[in-house]
Amino acid sequence: MTDFQIKKTSVTYDAVIVGSGAGGGMAGFVLANAGLKVLMLEAGPFFDPAKDSLQLKFSWESPRRGAGTTRDFGDFDAAFGGWQLDGEPYTTKDRTQFDWFRSRMLGGRTNHWGRVSLRMGPKDFKGHDVDGLTDNWPISYDDVKPFYDKVDRMIGIYGTVENLENEPDGIYLPPPKPRLNELFIKKGAAKAGVTVIAGRGSVLTADLPGNKDRHACFYCGQCSRSCKIYGDFSASSCLVIPAMKTGNLKVITNAMVRQVTTGPDGLATGVSYISKNDLQEYQVNAKVVILGASACESARLLLNSKSAQHPGGLANSSGIVGKYLHDSTGASLSGFLPQLMDRKRYNEDGVGSVHIYSPWWLDNKKLDFPRGYHIEYGGGMHMPLYGSTNGIQNLNGMMPGKDGKMKEAGGFGAGLKDDYRRFYGTQVGMSGRGTAIAREDNYCGIDDNVVDKFGIPVLRFHYKWTDAEIKQAKHMQETFQSVMHEMGAVITSRIQGPETNYGLEAPGRIIHEVGTIRMGDDPKKSALNKYSQAHDCKNLFVVDAAPFVQQGDKNATWTILALSMRTSEYIIEQRKKLNI
Amino acid sequence: MNRRESLKAIGLTSLSAAMLLETDIGEAQTVPQKHTVPPVDEEGRQPFEIERDKKLHAEKFFTAHEMATIAVLADIIIPRDAKSGSASDAKVPDFIEFMVKDIPENKTPMRGGLKWLDIQCQSRYNKNFVECSHPQQIEMVTEIAYPQKAKPEMRQGVAFFNRMRDLTATGFFTSKIGLADIGYMGNAPGKWEGVPKDVLKQYGFDS
Repeated sequence: MTDFQIKKTSVTYDAVIVGSGAGGGMAGFVLANAGLKVLMLEAGPFFDPAKDSLQLKFSWESPRRGAGTTRDFGDFDAAFGGWQLDGEPYTTKDRTQFDWFRSRMLGGRTNHWGRVSLRMGPKDFKGHDVDGLTDNWPISYDDVKPFYDKVDRMIGIYGTVENLENEPDGIYLPPPKPRLNELFIKKGAAKAGVTVIAGRGSVLTADLPGNKDRHACFYCGQCSRSCKIYGDFSASSCLVIPAMKTGNLKVITNAMVRQVTTGPDGLATGVSYISKNDLQEYQVNAKVVILGASACESARLLLNSKSAQHPGGLANSSGIVGKYLHDSTGASLSGFLPQLMDRKRYNEDGVGSVHIYSPWWLDNKKLDFPRGYHIEYGGGMHMPLYGSTNGIQNLNGMMPGKDGKMKEAGGFGAGLKDDYRRFYGTQVGMSGRGTAIAREDNYCGIDDNVVDKFGIPVLRFHYKWTDAEIKQAKHMQETFQSVMHEMGAVITSRIQGPETNYGLEAPGRIIHEVGTIRMGDDPKKSALNKYSQAHDCKNLFVVDAAPFVQQGDKNATWTILALSMRTSEYIIEQRKKLNI
Repeated sequence: MNRRESLKAIGLTSLSAAMLLETDIGEAQTVPQKHTVPPVDEEGRQPFEIERDKKLHAEKFFTAHEMATIAVLADIIIPRDAKSGSASDAKVPDFIEFMVKDIPENKTPMRGGLKWLDIQCQSRYNKNFVECSHPQQIEMVTEIAYPQKAKPEMRQGVAFFNRMRDLTATGFFTSKIGLADIGYMGNAPGKWEGVPKDVLKQYGFDS
């Protein structure tokens, strides 16, 4: 006998939010604090960094010493998920590649992210006016600035005021001082003509005024594991858990949303989901539906929410949903500083975000590619983890021993053991993160032939880099080599050339994917209006990175937070005016 | 805030103490013949990870002969010296046994590499590697430990030894002994005040 029945509830929430990351978390926080009765659905388990973080564990406390066997970024990393999820496939079209990273947990990917918190600049919102490429946003930096300011004050960010044209300053806590290798980077970069300024990261380098639940950073450098004292920004610790304390936010975890439900009038009525706990189907009602499931997952949800009123998927009369997918470009180079061999030992863990970085410093008029990139730097005396001593045979033949004589590369025994000590803490690395142009032909859509283990049709990706991104990667490599040379470093990673697109990472690898449900003033060319409200369905909103028209080289999170706060305040206003 | 206070503030003292104790006991006991299953840490782990670790710990991949060979090789690569103990003091062979199960791509290269080594030693010295004299073992290892000067017919041995050296170094320098040896001083709550003055001076950043 089959026992199939969709479990419905008679309760109607003021709002249901799908997803608990930066976008969903912020919406939940703002709306619950405004007194709305809010339901949040999260596809993964509950995660409270205070209890569930693997912070302060030593390498030897992992049987694999931190190797990334079950977690892509290592055994202590706070992402429950990865590039591939068991039973939740995605496919690609025309032999193109897009790698999709998903974290299924309360707080989503904000539990492990790099906390690099950059505002988009005036030219990022209106880039079309500068170079004629892609489209302008329907809003400007000035529209978003008040919300960036509020996010800075509410969540906390360190940095320095620099008065750079397209790198707007925020309201900052003091930045962490540079590590030794970073002092060499600053010196080398200056010689190479590359600007270096203090990093901008959402880590509490001082107490956050007015907040008693979070504590100042104690400098373990492990933000990627999430922070037990809430010293950095995770949506779980800083937004969702505090919002639950208002009594207005209910969170249901392990709830995989299947579709947004709509009524005969075409408006959203709620969502249906499958519970991973009992594999039963549920339906919940809400006056407003807010998607914050991640750029691609929210697009998937809309495309899977077909009805008589919305035959091409919800909010998709323009046919734009899924299109204009874009992820930051990325390329990197690594090496070591011979002058740091046999260096003095001390604790230089620092913060787990960037201590310094290079904002884009050049004028595109003199370059053969559009837009730009910023550079993040790494290195130092970090906790040895799986693989961090690998490949000594590629290093120890390059430098003279303590006796001044060159050694044969490789080896074994007491001499080798000492080489590991000598090279410890000498490494230096740099990674570029650049603007990719949003293109209609880079997209995700529904694969007609494939469903996941819950029976939900999956995404199929089509994504190709163009000359613009490849030339940008080439420029990154030339810059990196120049900085390495000027700081007296020895490059150890392979010099990437045209055969590998200059080390340009595959789309999706930088995990900054945005743009799949873009906003705009014209309903024929966009799915959402400038408040991220669906043109076709006025009680449907999107608060993750999907509404982005065009990214800058800036990591997306700070803008997601600001836009989600802006949309949430708009929802409160519209409710007061009885418009929704 | 000192380390103890910080740990206490985040509720880690009892836990860490238990772990230290557990490891100390583990290192004091020597029961080489018995396959002991280490406890699986469940805090902050996903259910599938806990199950997977339990399963891997219960499996045994290497034979006693292979483990003996690994132990000799590991101690040739990282011997005891004036500063710290050897690879086997840091239980590197157990770590390697775990890693070939955890990352199964290691299985064939490791098993095949160990066999390759025995075949070489049999044709040279009429003995398996572990049964060779120490000078013979060093002579053999020298043939495969230096990638740039190794003879072409030793290439497979070089590839095996590179892998073995990487696994041994990871196993050693991520152990308690190894972390102390290499001088890692972090993972200790405190305040980062920048590069110490004497170090700034040493590298000319004090002006």
